Amino acid sequence: MNTSILLLIVGMAVVTYIPRMLPLTLLEGKELPEFLQSVLRNIPYAVLGALIFPGILLIREGDIWFGLVGAAAAFTLAIAGANVMVVVIGSILLLSLYHLMI
Amino acid sequence: MQAAAASSQRSEFKSGLHAGMSIAVGYMPIALTFGLLAKTTGLSLAETVLMSLLVFAGASQYISLSLIAAGVGIAVIIFNTFIVNIRHFLMSASLNEKMEKDSLGKKALYAFGLTDETFSVIATREGKSTTSFAFGVMLIAYGSWVINSGIGHLIGASLPVFLQAAMSIALYAMFVGLLIPSVKKSVKVFYLALTAGALNSILTLSGALEAGWSIIAATLVSSIIVEVVLLARRRAGF
Repeated sequence: MNTSILLLIVGMAVVTYIPRMLPLTLLEGKELPEFLQSVLRNIPYAVLGALIFPGILLIREGDIWFGLVGAAAAFTLAIAGANVMVVVIGSILLLSLYHLMI
Repeated sequence: MQAAAASSQRSEFKSGLHAGMSIAVGYMPIALTFGLLAKTTGLSLAETVLMSLLVFAGASQYISLSLIAAGVGIAVIIFNTFIVNIRHFLMSASLNEKMEKDSLGKKALYAFGLTDETFSVIATREGKSTTSFAFGVMLIAYGSWVINSGIGHLIGASLPVFLQAAMSIALYAMFVGLLIPSVKKSVKVFYLALTAGALNSILTLSGALEAGWSIIAATLVSSIIVEVVLLARRRAGF
């Protein structure tokens, strides 16, 4: 194994692990101010919004329709009450069909 | 008592594995392609699998390949990796509010498995999340990531073009599937996601911020603004 690649991988591993680990361990058992707690509890839903948009519309460069069809499929299935796995598989199937048709 | 605790841990772990299945599916095309690209960049099979084993971060692993190919120095690639993953500070702090109390050793161990996707699944679960549940979600996601990186390198090809394209929706569809049930229950969740999604779109599409930073900015601003507005409205008696 190439030493400099090995060094690179270990370095990347360390700097990736630090932000994942520090808050979970340093904040264990600490009671944060109520406002901060509320903000931290909001984060998962805000993150989901930011992870979905605009990314979902840009999954295929130069073809916004591909993203729109995929997004429409995912939102329709989810709003209809399908569980997460069904939303995922359903959206993949629908986009495969769409891809084969055009 | 102990037997009951062990069996509830087992069932929590199993429901974690189950909840992580959609991540495993979503990681498949990305990891296969990563393995393939790593091979074309000149990494050996062992190096490719080792990187996925130790780093376990999709975006930074992809970026590192293009930087290696461009002949960029190790220190710069490592620094870049750190920048791309700064958003995990935020997720780790938020996850801490969600998780049951546990020993620092266990928390330091499952912290390794924190990604955008595992965080989304664990943090949107109803009620508190348990350590066993987190381990389940992370283990199946990690397994898919590592194994598929290796397979991508070994077979030197990714999925058929139409499936590859269609599967690029997988993780986004998962995020949608995680978000919508909470939106149905709480209008606050709707405002949070809408504000963050709109902000992130403006920030990335205008080129104001790079994707990593704009996710952090959009998430923080939306989480704070929505909280302040709702507090103000409650105080005003609405």
